[in-house]
Amino acid sequence: MTTVERDNELSSTVGKPLLDGADDVKFSVRKLAVHYAELQAVHDVNLDIGQRQVTALIGPSGCGKSTFLRCLNRMNDIIASCVVQGEVHLDQKDIYAPQVDVVALRARVGMVFQKPNPFPKSIYDNIAYGPRLHGQADSPSALDELVETSLRRAGLWAEVKDLLHRPATSLSGGQQQRLCIARTIAIQPEVILMDEPCSALDPIATARIEALIGELKCDYTIVIVTHSMQQASRVSDRTAYFHLGRLLEVNATDKIFMAPEHPGTEDYITGRIG
Amino acid sequence: MAVIGASFAGRRAKRQAVTVLSDAGRLGALPRHYAICAALWCLLPALAVYIAVLAGHEQLLRWYLGDDLRQLAHLAAGDPRWVLQLLQEVVVNGGHEDAMVWEAAQRCAAYSTRIDVWRTVLAIAIATGGGVVGYLQVSPAIRARHRLERFAYGCLLASTCVAVLTTVGIVFSVLFESLRFFSAVPPLDFLLGLHWSPQTAIREGQEGSSGAFGVVPLFVGTLVVSAVAMMVALPAGLLGAIHLSEYASQRARNILKPLIEILVGVPTVVYGFIAALSVAPLIKQLGEWLGLTVASENALAAGLVMGVMILPFVLSLSDDVISAVPASLREGALALGATPAEMITQVVLPAALPGIIGGGLLAVSRAIGETMIVVMAAGLAANLSANPLDAMTTVTVQIVTLLVGDQAFDSPKTLAAFALGLSLFIVTLSLNVISLLVVRRYHEAYD
Repeated sequence: MTTVERDNELSSTVGKPLLDGADDVKFSVRKLAVHYAELQAVHDVNLDIGQRQVTALIGPSGCGKSTFLRCLNRMNDIIASCVVQGEVHLDQKDIYAPQVDVVALRARVGMVFQKPNPFPKSIYDNIAYGPRLHGQADSPSALDELVETSLRRAGLWAEVKDLLHRPATSLSGGQQQRLCIARTIAIQPEVILMDEPCSALDPIATARIEALIGELKCDYTIVIVTHSMQQASRVSDRTAYFHLGRLLEVNATDKIFMAPEHPGTEDYITGRIG
Repeated sequence: MAVIGASFAGRRAKRQAVTVLSDAGRLGALPRHYAICAALWCLLPALAVYIAVLAGHEQLLRWYLGDDLRQLAHLAAGDPRWVLQLLQEVVVNGGHEDAMVWEAAQRCAAYSTRIDVWRTVLAIAIATGGGVVGYLQVSPAIRARHRLERFAYGCLLASTCVAVLTTVGIVFSVLFESLRFFSAVPPLDFLLGLHWSPQTAIREGQEGSSGAFGVVPLFVGTLVVSAVAMMVALPAGLLGAIHLSEYASQRARNILKPLIEILVGVPTVVYGFIAALSVAPLIKQLGEWLGLTVASENALAAGLVMGVMILPFVLSLSDDVISAVPASLREGALALGATPAEMITQVVLPAALPGIIGGGLLAVSRAIGETMIVVMAAGLAANLSANPLDAMTTVTVQIVTLLVGDQAFDSPKTLAAFALGLSLFIVTLSLNVISLLVVRRYHEAYD
């Protein structure tokens, strides 16, 4: 039996895509389908994302995992040809409902990108940007404090505390990525989406970010897209495996790496495809 | 003939190259490289000699006819060049009453024909020789491909030199003529003088011949007109660019951008008469209705129309710069919950600002150098005034008026044009240098 035939046969997700207790569910995604013009990037995805958990999305390139991630804070709205169908509920409220304010949604669901993208401003202004937008600091001293806490939480404070007014672009790649995480934390979101946050970093910087994710999950719901199976197994509680736009398997991370139920998942994590 | 010889030699070299290739099989390049090499050997030296002889034709004739020219020197005030010309005219006319002149003319014609024949023979001989050289060079020891590469490099270098040398030449000629002007008019009077009236006597000894060459009113006029133009072009261009790059749909962009770029193709003369015939009277009427005194030719009209002229330039440059801001920065801002307007004003524009400034400075130097609109709409009177409703004149306009009509080439009035040109050149050059520096710094920002 070829992989394609197996895929056709087992198109619905195996494992445990939905969670039992409604309290623990942050996002519940139902029948999600995404089209870019003619091309369908995501097919019929049903998935719950647990609160204060790290959920890893893995799968070969072009499998739709980044597209799925960008549905969660409606970043796909920027792309004119992109059409999203189905339902995405955040705390039981549909984020694609017409009355939803996208700007407010993105303040609740922050995002860290594949390539570090600090603004060409000072380190301080990068962190202060979000809080200033949303009026989260009443006084300059409150803002200073917020900047410091955010940088501390991102584990960057010790390195940059004397360089706060230097341009952010002068930092190294790993520092820039932690700066972007600090920038996201600064607006106190509920969810942090991470799109391959370590793919442009060396192993040492990667280890620091992974440790940071471990600390952050006490307060935030984290969804991380990654190409590294080791990373998924190190940082995540649940793992979802995407293939050709379909969600093939979702399970607790230990389970999916030790005993995958879907043969496609097994092929991928043992390195036979992707 | 040299060309025919070259192609012939080229073909022979190719045939030869093919046979040598099959025999030895170890040539350093393809047959066509040797063929082209042979063709160049054939063509270039022959062409060079041909052109050299052609250029030296008159010199050679004078050398051959030395005695005749000396004898006939009285015909043209002793200048052998003019005598020669005379003789050539006599040949064309086919006769002259003075037998000596007629004989000399016939000798002249004979020598001329002889030079023509020898020139051709020489060129063919050299072409053949070159062909033989190229032919003999079809051997593994000669790396024809590298030679062609060097030849191509030389051609490219020569082309670059044409542009560079022309620029250097222009700068030096303007510089030297300006120095001549400054020997007649003190530089301080020129730079700081408040009065501009360049009417000087063309002939010596004429009364009241000292003109005033104070350049300040001209630069003030230039400044006012350019400032008005930038006040139109910068905001409209920048906001238009933001609309095009951030808000307009792809379809709207595809229609709007070419439409705007059509404006670039409108000749400045057309803008000029629009300014002079439509805009200036309109401003005058409007001003009088408001109770202001407005000159019928005024700086405001010229500036407004000039602003429209450089608008597409500013818009297109700003659009490029704004579009060059990485999409990741936009996404970063949006993901922090910024609205599109907040994203543009707080992230995209600051990131693009150095590029926009650079583009703005380029636009300013275009505005300063613009002539046609100002000639037609702003007038010629060198008033020292900061009121854009007055008639004004600019540096470029004065250069035009100084050089229009018959002028003695060495009068201060004419030379003043060079001094004006030099000062204008320095101003625009420094603006361009500054904008290049700013733009370069901008490029480093994302690396």
